[in-house]
Amino acid sequence: MKKKSFGSLLFLSLVLLIMYLPIIVVVIYSFNDNTARIPIAFTGWSTMWYQKLFSGRSGFGGALVLSLRVALWSVLVSSVVGTLGAIGMAQRTIMDKKHATKMDAAMEMLVTLPIMIPEIILGLAFMVIFNALGIRGNELRLVLAHSTFCIPYVFLNVKSRLAGMDPALFDAARDLGANPARVMRDITLPLCRPAIISGCFLALAMSLDDFVISFFVYGAGEGTLPIKIYSSVKVGVSPMVNALCTITMGVIFLAVALSRYLSSARAQRQKKLARS
Amino acid sequence: METKQQDIRFSRLLKLPMYLWSIAFVFVSLLYVLGLSFLTRGEMVGVTNEITFGNYLRLASPQYLNVLLKSLRLAALTTALCILIGYPFGYLMARLNPMARSIIMLLIIVPFWTNALIRIYGWRILLMGNGPVNSVLMQLGIIKEPLKLLYTDGAVLLGMVYALIPFMILPTFTTVDKLDFSVVEAARDLGASPLYAFFTITVPLTLAGLMAGCVLVFIPSMGLFFLNDLLGGSKSVLAGGLIQQLINSRDLPMAAALSVLLLTVTGAVIAVYRRVGGSDGMSMF
Amino acid sequence: MEPILRLKGLCKDFGEGPILQNIDLDVYPGEFLTLLGPSGCGKTTTLRIIAGLEQPTSGHVELEGVDVTNIPPEKRQVNTVFQNYALFPHMNVFQNIAYGLRVMKVSKQEQRERVQAALALVRLSGFEKRMPSQLSGGQKQRIAIARAVVLQPKILLLDEPLGALDLKLRQEMQKELKQLQRKLGITFIYITHDQEEALNMSSRIVIMRNGKIEQMGTPEEIYEHPRTLFCADFIGQSNLIHGVVTEQNGADLKLNVSGLELSACAASNWQPAKGDRAVLCLRPQRVRYGSQPQHGMNLKGVIENKEYTGGMQHTQIRLNDSVVLNAVSQTAEMDKYSVGTEVYVGWSAAHSPIVPDELEDM
Repeated sequence: MKKKSFGSLLFLSLVLLIMYLPIIVVVIYSFNDNTARIPIAFTGWSTMWYQKLFSGRSGFGGALVLSLRVALWSVLVSSVVGTLGAIGMAQRTIMDKKHATKMDAAMEMLVTLPIMIPEIILGLAFMVIFNALGIRGNELRLVLAHSTFCIPYVFLNVKSRLAGMDPALFDAARDLGANPARVMRDITLPLCRPAIISGCFLALAMSLDDFVISFFVYGAGEGTLPIKIYSSVKVGVSPMVNALCTITMGVIFLAVALSRYLSSARAQRQKKLARS
Repeated sequence: METKQQDIRFSRLLKLPMYLWSIAFVFVSLLYVLGLSFLTRGEMVGVTNEITFGNYLRLASPQYLNVLLKSLRLAALTTALCILIGYPFGYLMARLNPMARSIIMLLIIVPFWTNALIRIYGWRILLMGNGPVNSVLMQLGIIKEPLKLLYTDGAVLLGMVYALIPFMILPTFTTVDKLDFSVVEAARDLGASPLYAFFTITVPLTLAGLMAGCVLVFIPSMGLFFLNDLLGGSKSVLAGGLIQQLINSRDLPMAAALSVLLLTVTGAVIAVYRRVGGSDGMSMF
Repeated sequence: MEPILRLKGLCKDFGEGPILQNIDLDVYPGEFLTLLGPSGCGKTTTLRIIAGLEQPTSGHVELEGVDVTNIPPEKRQVNTVFQNYALFPHMNVFQNIAYGLRVMKVSKQEQRERVQAALALVRLSGFEKRMPSQLSGGQKQRIAIARAVVLQPKILLLDEPLGALDLKLRQEMQKELKQLQRKLGITFIYITHDQEEALNMSSRIVIMRNGKIEQMGTPEEIYEHPRTLFCADFIGQSNLIHGVVTEQNGADLKLNVSGLELSACAASNWQPAKGDRAVLCLRPQRVRYGSQPQHGMNLKGVIENKEYTGGMQHTQIRLNDSVVLNAVSQTAEMDKYSVGTEVYVGWSAAHSPIVPDELEDM
């Protein structure tokens, strides 16, 4: 038994090591003080790339602002549209089962399509349709495109939460005198809140992360953060990108760790409550 | 039946924005791509209204066929490697104690939430001619000359597996985690060797996760053009890269035709997946 | 007396075969009416239609003479206690009970008073701040009842409210519910698949089967005079003896059961003819046996098995090759016969109705 678990730990660690190898390299190189044109040799420790990144002339600041603006708008749009859609689709308790229509099944397929097909197809499709419709503004184009692929994340999250809920809760609220809108306000939305929030975070991450679709939708300019990163590393190595990536990963690590900690703390609290 | 009508009206009202959005930006735009694929490229830019099947005929030419076959082969290889590494990983991870499990989960999730570009970029540094991998190998005396690692097909495959393996690990982990291991114990009790029990009980019972993983790996692997850009150089062109090149050279109808083909392959993969019975494993998030 | 609730020709079809077929039912004020039947018999659908949570395919629901078929549930003065309580998990006990009052825009002061009264009624005063997840099954049940009765409904609907509780708690709650109903004077429509529960609590029982009403009556009527084989089988224990009618004289008739000639009387709703297939429904506690002929019957059997469980003597008596009767007694008088003894067997024909045999479904 001992031997087996040692082998499995070795395998897991090895895969994780390979997974983190490029990340570690990026972090180390972000502190490299080599200023050669292609700075591959590690010559010493320095924080100059961080200083350069924050100097304001790097161009990353504007890209970050655009990325954040687009992400926030997309999350806003997709959380409203996706949540209402999921709740609307689940509103079958009072209706005959016949109304769980084929139409709904087809629409569900269509709504989730953007996260099922290769991104590049969606990128092309958005590009041509925006051009055809005469939608020129870069930010608007990005928000429309990002919202489209963010909606499914919110939708699926809320939908699975609703599917796990006892439909009698909604019946009970109706029975106690609430009309459908009131049921939604008092019961459905509060109970879906965790799913809506996690859907929003997923959407936020996906929007900030997206490169392929933004690349096609975006016209001329500095672009979003991923576009800027791509154009800086396509030709060579950019130590400023190393610094940026290190910061990004630090933030993500903290965010993920914090959310895990908070959710486990909440679970503990609930356990305690249940015992009291 | 007024009551019912009212309720239906309310639910329609809720669904309406999402339906309109999806119809406008998913259905119509994909339909537009389909239409575009039957048009002819204009003299300088844009398209003419001439309807043609020429774009699809050109897809059958050796030049395009080659790229397509290569893309499919790469996608299949990526999927196979992801199964070989990701399935055991997800399985072993699910069998660990809760503490170790949540640590590994954290370690998997962080790169998963990190931009793929960043992670691939790390490999770019690692694999350079005078990069760390070559330096270490030379210092250890295993090689004399730096190996050409970057801009090879192998590097692209590595990048693909690297970028997509979380999509295999997570669904596998979820299904193995849900598996009631007393059935495996029952198989052992009935005389099955550990390996026999694994292949006759565990694998079939976790097939749903495995298949969801395959779909989640296979489909995006056909379109990740930037991977090829960063690790493979532009000489080994894959379907995704080809679409990008066609768009860059303003041959939109051809790009559209290639996209339609890619979409068909995607549809086929999903249809097969649904047929073989993995229903909703895709919505694993 | 005017019925408080009238169901007229209710039909329901979800598109997969009928769920309810032409249900007619009058419910009177102050009744404790139980809809009893196996799962899938349509009792829950009936309840949901009364609550307004489901719409009938055809037919009408009248509440105090007013047609409410098309009135949504929130506008009906009928409240429901749901099977799994359906307490709102994100609200505490006070908020749960006050929910209906809040929707009705009752003043804060009145809300507090009425919630407190409702909590006192279910003997859970002081539980206002608890969350549903901190309550036991029985407490949740009481909160669900308080939440429904605080609105002073005309009718309280209870959908298998005790189904999730363990036996002891269930018996306790049965008593409590009955007292509560007497105290409040509200009409209860109660759903259960547990015939014992139905017999214990109801003032009237409606037995449902395959979307139809099989029999209605007081617990006693239902128990003593089942009209169909299904009712006889479903309610309590019965010896069901299948035979053929050989002689008929009004309600008195003779039944041939694999060679044995038994006299009996037909259920009140049935006019059997000679040659009809029929079933004698004989409660085990009605079977008498001893060394003398019983109830004027000249019937003999051999004691085949005896079992003593919980104050009851269970005896199996073989009449012939194919007929074995179960008998139950509490008296020591019939205990003295040992296995293998030949005894006279008999029963009161008036209390042992004969119902038509059902060939297909049973």
